[in-house]
This record gives sequence, C-alpha cells and structure tokens, in this order.
Amino acid sequence: MSLESRLPKGPLAQKWTKHKNDINLVNPANKRNIDVIVVGTGLAGGSAAATLAELGYNVKTFCYQDSPRRAHSIAAQGGINAAKNYQGDGDSTYRLFYDTIKGGDYRSREENVYRLAEVSANIIDQCVAQGVPFAREYGGLLDNRSFGGVLVSRTFYAKGQTGQQLLLGAYSAMNRQINRGKIKPYNRHEMLDLVIVDGKARGIIARDLVTGELERHSAHAVVIATGGYGNVFFLSTNAMGSNVTASWKIHKKGAYFANPCYTQIHPTCIPVSGDHQSKLTLMSESLRNDGRIWVPKKLEDAKAIREGKLKPTDLAEEDRDYYLERRYPSFGNLVPRDVASRAAKERCDAGFGVNKTGEAVYLDFSSAIMRYGKEQAVMNHIENPSVDTIRELGEKVVENKYGNLFQMYEKIVDQNPYKTPMMIYPAVHYTMGGVWVDYNLMTTIPGCYAAGEANFSDHGANRLGASALMQGLADGYFVLPYTIGDYLSKDIRTGKISTDLPEFDEAEKNVRTTLEKLINNKGSKSVDHFHKRLGKIMWDKVGMARNEKGLKEAISEIKALRAEFWNEVKVPGTMDEMNPELEKAMRVADFLELGELFAKDALHRNESCGGHFREEYQTEEGEALRDDENFMYVAAWEYKGEPSDAVLHKESLEYENIEVKTRSYK
Amino acid sequence: MKLTLKIWRQKNAQAKGSMQTYAIDGVDGDMSFLEMLDVLNEQLIDKGEEPVVFDHDCREGICGSCSLQINGEPHGPDRLVTTCQLHMRKFNDGDTIVIEPFRAKAFPVIKDLMVDRSSFDRIQQAGGFISVNTSGNTIDANAIPINKHDADESFEAATCIGCGACVAACKNASAMLFTSAKVSQFALLPQGRVEATQRVLNMVEQMDKEGFGNCTNTGACEVECPKGISLENIARMNREYLTASLKG
Repeated sequence: MSLESRLPKGPLAQKWTKHKNDINLVNPANKRNIDVIVVGTGLAGGSAAATLAELGYNVKTFCYQDSPRRAHSIAAQGGINAAKNYQGDGDSTYRLFYDTIKGGDYRSREENVYRLAEVSANIIDQCVAQGVPFAREYGGLLDNRSFGGVLVSRTFYAKGQTGQQLLLGAYSAMNRQINRGKIKPYNRHEMLDLVIVDGKARGIIARDLVTGELERHSAHAVVIATGGYGNVFFLSTNAMGSNVTASWKIHKKGAYFANPCYTQIHPTCIPVSGDHQSKLTLMSESLRNDGRIWVPKKLEDAKAIREGKLKPTDLAEEDRDYYLERRYPSFGNLVPRDVASRAAKERCDAGFGVNKTGEAVYLDFSSAIMRYGKEQAVMNHIENPSVDTIRELGEKVVENKYGNLFQMYEKIVDQNPYKTPMMIYPAVHYTMGGVWVDYNLMTTIPGCYAAGEANFSDHGANRLGASALMQGLADGYFVLPYTIGDYLSKDIRTGKISTDLPEFDEAEKNVRTTLEKLINNKGSKSVDHFHKRLGKIMWDKVGMARNEKGLKEAISEIKALRAEFWNEVKVPGTMDEMNPELEKAMRVADFLELGELFAKDALHRNESCGGHFREEYQTEEGEALRDDENFMYVAAWEYKGEPSDAVLHKESLEYENIEVKTRSYK
Repeated sequence: MKLTLKIWRQKNAQAKGSMQTYAIDGVDGDMSFLEMLDVLNEQLIDKGEEPVVFDHDCREGICGSCSLQINGEPHGPDRLVTTCQLHMRKFNDGDTIVIEPFRAKAFPVIKDLMVDRSSFDRIQQAGGFISVNTSGNTIDANAIPINKHDADESFEAATCIGCGACVAACKNASAMLFTSAKVSQFALLPQGRVEATQRVLNMVEQMDKEGFGNCTNTGACEVECPKGISLENIARMNREYLTASLKG
C-alpha cells in the first residue's frame, strides 16, 4: 500500500470547494440502500452519524457508554475556535490557518488545516441554529475569549462547559434521526474487530457489554471516531473508559498509524495527590486569560512553602517569578500548551515546585480579581471603594466567568482558589497522532474512515486550545458526510452485505479466542496493576521529555510487561455477563502494543517539535529544535505482527502558502 | 480511615439482590468516593471475589455516568457534586456507609449498582432537539440577537448531565426536573420556540410512558441535583404544557 493523500490541486483557498465539486455523489434514492457504521458518538462520531442519517444513509452507531451523551467530548471546557472575526481584531480564515500550522510546529498538512479554518465559521452558525446556548454579551450577540498561541479573540464558549453544550447539540441532532428511524443506536456496545471483505471494510464485531454476546454488523463503510489514546499513560484527563481499541484493531487490519508520539501534555491540570489516583482533572486553558503562573524566585521560599511554613499569599511581588511572562513577553501566560508545560517542568525540576511532591506551580487570579473589581467599582459609580469591596466585586466577575471550574477545584483540592492561588501541573490530555487518513478522511483500508481525535490530520505536533472541538465537528458535520459519498458512489449496486460471510466467521472466532484466553488465564495480578505499570514507564520515559536511552529502555520494558500481562493477568467473572474487568483487559492489551509503537516513533524522530521533546535536540535556551531537512514528514506506521516490526512510511509535508520558521512566542 | 461498607449486590437484572458488608481500611481523605471503591475492588479481585460493578467514566462530574445512592442520598451527602467528585474527607473514621443503586421503576438494575437509564434517552428522542439540518447552511450566528438573561437561563437549564439523581431523590420517581430542563433550554431561545408546542407534548407523553411518577412539588430533586438545575424549570414546563394542550 502506498500513501496517497489525495490532496486537491489549485490555489489553497479554492481547494475544498473545488474538491467538493469534483467528487462523486450518491443520489438520495440510492443512499437508502447504503449502510454506514459509526463507532464512537462524541463530537466527531455523533455529528457524522446525524449528518449521514440526515442525508439518507442507514446509520448504526456504537458506543461503550450507556448513552451517546456521555462521550468524553463532554468534558471539554474552554471553547471552540472559529474565524468569525466578530471582534474585529484582524481575524480571518488565513490567520486561523496560520496559527494552527505554526502552533502545530509545521508538522500538519496545509490543505487539511485550511479546510478546517474555512468551515469553522459555519460550525458556529450551525450550533446556534441547533439551540446551543453560547455565552452572549449584553447586546445579545455572541461573546469571545482568547486562547493560547494566538493574538486574537476567536474562541466561542459556554462558561466552562463548551464541550458539554456542543456534544448535547450533536446528541440532539442524533436523537432527531433516531426518532426518524434513520439511526439505530447500539449503546453499551464495544467494537472489538473490523471485518474486511475483498480488501474493503465491510463491518465490525461488537460485544454487547450487558449480555456479553458477540454481534456481527455489516455495512458499506465504517467510520472510527473513538477519540485519542492518552490513557496509555494510565493517568490522564481522558475518561476512564477512553481507549485505543477501535483504532488499534483497524491498524492491525491494515490502517497505518501516524505520528503516535505526538501527545499533548496540558499545562493546567490539578496535580497528582497520591497513589490511589485514578485520573487527572483539567483546569481549562481559558483560565490563563486571567490567571498568572508563577513559582517563588528563591529556592528557600519554595522549600518553606512545600513544608507548609510559608503561604503563597505571604510572598511579596518581587519574590515571585512569573516565568512565562519573563521568558515569553509577547505571549506571556498564553503561550501554547507544549511551551507552557515544558516551562513548568523546567522550574519544578530546578526545585521551585510548590506542593508536597514538588510537582506544582501556582495559577494566581489575585491581579485579575483586583483589576475587574476596580472596573466594576467605576461602572457602579462606587466612590473610594475599599480593598475588600474591590475584591468582592472582582471575585463576582471571576465567578461569572469560571465559576464551575473554581468549584470543581475546591471540591477536589479542598482549597478556595478565590483566596489562595490554584496549584497546577501538566498532565496528558490529547493525542495529535492517530490513524493516518487522506484528504477524504479515509484510512489506508478502503471504506474505513477516521474522524476527530482518532485521526492524525490537523494539529501537527501540537494542538492549539479550543481546536479539538472545532476539528471534531468540522470532520463530522461538514467534511466526512461529503467525502464518504465519493467512495460509496461505487457501492450503489452492492446490496446488503451478508454477515454470514467467512470473513465474519473468522473475525468473530478471533475475538472469542482472545476473550476466552483472558478469562481462563487465572493469573495473579489485576488489569489495573499492569495498566499502572505501563503508565509509569510511559510517563517517566516517553513523557514530557524524552531521550534515546530512556526510549530504548521503555521499548524493552513494555515488551516484557506485555508478555507478563498475558501470563499473569487475572480477570474475574465470565464472558457472558456485564464484566467491566474484561472490558478493561481488552483495552489494556491494546495499550500494551500501542505503547511500544509510541516509543519507537519517538525514538526514530531525532528532533524536537511541538509536544515531542527530545532532550538531545534543544536550543541553548531550552527551546525545541526542529530538523526540517530530515523530519518534515508524517510518520505512518504499517503493522507487521509485532510493534517492533512496524514499517515506516513517510508522507512529506510541503508548505507553499506559509513560510516555515522557527516557532517563537517571545 | 477505617470504614464499613454495606453494598447492594445483584448478579443481573433477573437475579434477586441483597446488601453485603465489606470492611475497608487505609482510606485517605483525598480519595474520591469512586477511588475508594476502586481500592475495594482491587482487594476483592485479589481475594478471588467479584468486584462491585458501578457506572462511571469521566470522573470530573460532567458525563453523568456515575450514580449511587449513598446513605439514602443520590451522590451522597455533599451538595452540587456527583459521586465521582465526592471526596472521602466528607466521611469520618469508623463510619458505616450504605451504597445502593438509584431506585426507580424506569431505571431497572443491570448489575450491582449499575442501572439502565435508557428511558432518559427515549424522552430526548421524543422531542429534545430543534429540527434543523446539520448542513451548515443556516443564517449567520449573530443574525438573531438573544437577550443575555434568556441566553444565560437557557444555558443553566442545558447544564443537566442526565444522571438521574432527580428521579432517585423523588418519592414518586418523577423525571420532571430532567424533562423540564431540556424543554426550558429550547423554550427560552427564539430558535426553539418554533416547535415548542409539539416538543413539550411529545416529551411529557414519553416521560409518562416510561413509567416515571408524577410531580408533587416536594423539591427534593432540586436539592439533590449535582448541577443545581432549578425547580423554576418545572414551573416553566407546566406553563408550556398547559398552553400547548389548549392549542392542541
């Protein structure tokens, strides 16, 4: 198989329009005879399912949750970008395109990113029409805020629950189609393999998680929209159930996996509190609009704070090091996520961390509270307000903007962030890498598509804040429903695909064998035991900073752990019932393979770019050092049995509309 | 902390369930309630027993998966939190904690503490949407200004996470708070007014069909709601329903 990205020719701004005009369509009467399976019902899968059904295709959706409304897109907080230029601050499609390419450290495709920027404005129109209650100004028009790595305000939001509101919008569009009988939802179902017939994706094997039964489902095309694989680190901001299984199963059946090492470590998460921790909680990047990040200037102050002898509020302004403002004066606290995360790690490694474990920095709202308080005092004509009045007025403004986030922080940490600075530390959040897709979002398996976080396409080596929601909905509402027609137009005479084909027998048999093996293994250690150990290897050696020695160790350690897993894992219960331990075991088995490929990819990329930081490749100031001459390509890995045998295919990246520069936020 | 847990165990929907007692030691105040159950489950697996099954996913209070009736209250003793955000510091050493599934005829038990809430999905499918196509060919998002107060109120109603605590708190197992939150979100927006009549009639009809009880205005739902969804939404839905019935 060769990598054919099917990028349209012609001027950048007209490529998408031209492509839509050139591709084949399926007439409405024929759509009724075509079945499409959508796995995953978050923003990408939910919106794709709704639109495909609306166009007339017969859609089946699959999700492991009890309802599509619970997909982890729901947890996205801060907002969604769109080049609307409502603020008149110089935004445009080109600028959103430019920011995204630069933010991705020149490792994404120009064509895909331009299309994303182009359809972004439409997403907002669409969502408002569907009744998504975005934040508004007093004049009744939509409000915006700013996110990291950009110099304009283009982020639309619904308090700290933007992902929830957008997902419920996509869910409501799905519900409309379920009500019309055009979508058949299979909730509490997990896809465990892809079925390929004559080289084309023709169906899946799914397990009903309530009864444990294996089911066969056929279709003319299969869409994978199952999100990212951040849970390979065990601790991440992903949901407990988020997994790589669907993506990994199609990889093993021929879909190339691209740039697995590109992982986003988000700078503002609540620090780890102990060994019992099951997941990490994000504090939205939007907080960096108003919060200032700092650590003590003096090591002895940091030590005193860690020992509880000094409070952050006792430290005078001149004893604080606002290190992002110091190092990056033009972007300050709003540098992109990879830059902010590394800077936090650098300070903590140097001994300036502020919690018990030494792995936390402050995110402080006191300046913003006082600034807003003064503004409010003027607006309310309060003369000579006291400091307390100003603070009170300011706290109200901050509460209005970020109330739910502050409440969440207080519940978890048991400290009041209005009175004392929040403590934050980077955590695994998003994976830019994923299944390789062409411009039509088709994988290297004909008829198998990947959308949203599951694919690799738009964010290069680092994603900008508020762009994940944008990409999920762009893929699902506006891209995939068009491009899939080009492929399906050749299937109008195929007729229903039988699930009695030998290919279905074979796939089901293989799934059953694996499940039986896990249940009958009767080892001595739980699934979580292995998952935690894998996570520790990944975080220590394949995390925020990587080097050749560590990566080589990680590869051999993961391989050994995988062998131990298959010998020693203990899965209670049976196959024929609701069995969450068995579900976890299947997912961890796949993480144990992906983790190795992830490390292999990181080891081969002898440069630093975006979220991939190799200690050997950095500037004197500690910034990432790219090697465009040798690494300006997408690394697409082909499965060959063992992760270590994976074969590398390169898709070179060309920039015709943007000058490739060293990324600087100084 | 040392705790005694009394947990509802039920093999499957058909089986008869019962309360079982477990002792757990070394519980840390910084643990979430579900992390405490994770520890218990690891211990049960070690001993060769079956772990306790419960719904959970995002563990940050937004997906609405987690449920649990803890000491008789949905999501436990703390206010405005889901079980996953309830921390063990709210309990004391030596406490006995009773953990049951959400109880309602429309929420049948699947296994142990896990219940089937698909009735909520079916209420949404009956009318919880605006019938616009998702083609993107609509009017500009700023073409219709919306009063900030209405937009904010619509948002507040829309923050319902569909967990079912309102039903579990209600002595009648009524789903009025849940249904009215969606009816209100759309009723407050000009885009939603177009189909307001049919929406409220369809959603209420489905709600009744699912076997949820009637509302007798005790207000327990509002108290236990982890997202603070207001009772005003029920009043608004009643007005919408009355108007719609007169029109219909």
